[in-house]
Amino acid sequence: MVAPLALGLLVLVVWHLVVVAFAVPAFLLPTPLAIAQQFVAQFPVILSTAAVTGGNALVGLIAGFLIGLVLAVLAASSRLIAELTTPVVLAASAIPIVALAPVFTIMFGSTTEIARQLVVTVVVIVPVFVSAARGLRAVAPVHGDLMTSLAATPWQRARFVRLPGAVPYVMTGLRLAAPAAVIASVVAEYFGGLQNGLGSRITSAAANTAYARAWAFVVASIVLGLLFHLGGTLVERLVTRGRPA
Amino acid sequence: MSELASAKSARSAVELDGVDKRFGDVLALSGIELTLDDGEFVSLIGPSGCGKSTLLRVVADLEQPTAGTVQVGGKPARQARLDQDYGIAFQQSGLLEWRTVAENVELPLHVHGVGKAERRARAAELLELVGLADFAGSRPAQLSGGMQQRVAIARALAPQPKLLLMDEPFGALDEMTRERMQAELLRIARESGAAVLFVTHSIPEAVVLSDRVVVMTPRPGRITEVVDGRRPGRDAAELEPDDVEDVRETAAFFAAVTAVREALRKGHQ
Repeated sequence: MVAPLALGLLVLVVWHLVVVAFAVPAFLLPTPLAIAQQFVAQFPVILSTAAVTGGNALVGLIAGFLIGLVLAVLAASSRLIAELTTPVVLAASAIPIVALAPVFTIMFGSTTEIARQLVVTVVVIVPVFVSAARGLRAVAPVHGDLMTSLAATPWQRARFVRLPGAVPYVMTGLRLAAPAAVIASVVAEYFGGLQNGLGSRITSAAANTAYARAWAFVVASIVLGLLFHLGGTLVERLVTRGRPA
Repeated sequence: MSELASAKSARSAVELDGVDKRFGDVLALSGIELTLDDGEFVSLIGPSGCGKSTLLRVVADLEQPTAGTVQVGGKPARQARLDQDYGIAFQQSGLLEWRTVAENVELPLHVHGVGKAERRARAAELLELVGLADFAGSRPAQLSGGMQQRVAIARALAPQPKLLLMDEPFGALDEMTRERMQAELLRIARESGAAVLFVTHSIPEAVVLSDRVVVMTPRPGRITEVVDGRRPGRDAAELEPDDVEDVRETAAFFAAVTAVREALRKGHQ
């Protein structure tokens, strides 16, 4: 516990000294002290903007989770559906957020949060779908034999073995998607629309050459991402408790 | 002490007649003739690849024979499976990790639509039988290997089957646990009155548990000999674990083990 904190502190100190010693210009790298000062000064704004960005991330996380899960269950139940959905999801995973965001903003207008939430949804669907699909496929042969010996119908196989067996995989997908949702939510704000989120503040601060302030909002985004990661991990632990590691 | 095949009875627990099983080019089973009477304990023993597990799976209708017929309790194997007339235990206990021990035992009844109260009661009864009543609410991950296998056996007994199929269920256990489990299994089988078809690698295990030991050889998989297993104690009213220990030290036991070993060696030539 002490070692990582000590290392972090050391990095901050070295950073500060390097910037001061080499007179590094602010647009390259402000000192950690300057960033901290801005963070404190902007704190109320940080809270309100983080609530907006975090809110969009959460909405997109939930929507993307549900859609990804439903698609995976459909794909597992029908070879035809699997062959239709898998390429679409894989194509979606290849689209960069920076392309999606402006397109959605134009399509869905710049006066609501919908475009941002949609971007997050698309980004979240991919890891959830992939993890859930894998989990639904991963039936241990002994469990398959067991269900056959019990003369189980396909629905009974799903209900008693495949769906519960897929839960750890699905939870892992959720844990992986959570911080990605925050990143998507922040980046989606770079392309116009409402200016009430962390991403918008980062771009506007940079545009006004207030670099330490921009970095302060970046730090806030990192903290938000970590909070979502923590949340995702907690949910995963809670849902899979009692199972072997 | 040895005899080939046995007379077919009108209503036997298991009856295999001229059974072949082919996997592509490989003849895993060839001309299998075997009958188990009600309540009889029969072991299948042989080297790897002799088809003993395949034979068990054919009886369970997890595989279908390429020739011949399989009857379980007078019905075709498929019907017996659909009617849950047998219980099966695998080498890995195959417990569902997200269900409690009691819920695992209830599984066959749950699948077959038995009501909650009845399921609960039956599971409690079975856990009592295998000595795990205190662990009803635990998760499988909290149990040792031997305990998990006992739960698997309890689960196999849930639908009150006339036939128990067991595929090296004690294979993953250490020797002491194994011997304890053998005594437990004998007691459970006797109390439930079920016939047992038991696949094993271990000659002493086969002899101590069975009325008859069926020796198989590979390429193609066939039955070469049937040896009488332990005689003392099988008909005795009470067979305590200590009695089973004593059986292991009798001359009759050694003779039977030798007979099985020689049958296995002969099959190899």
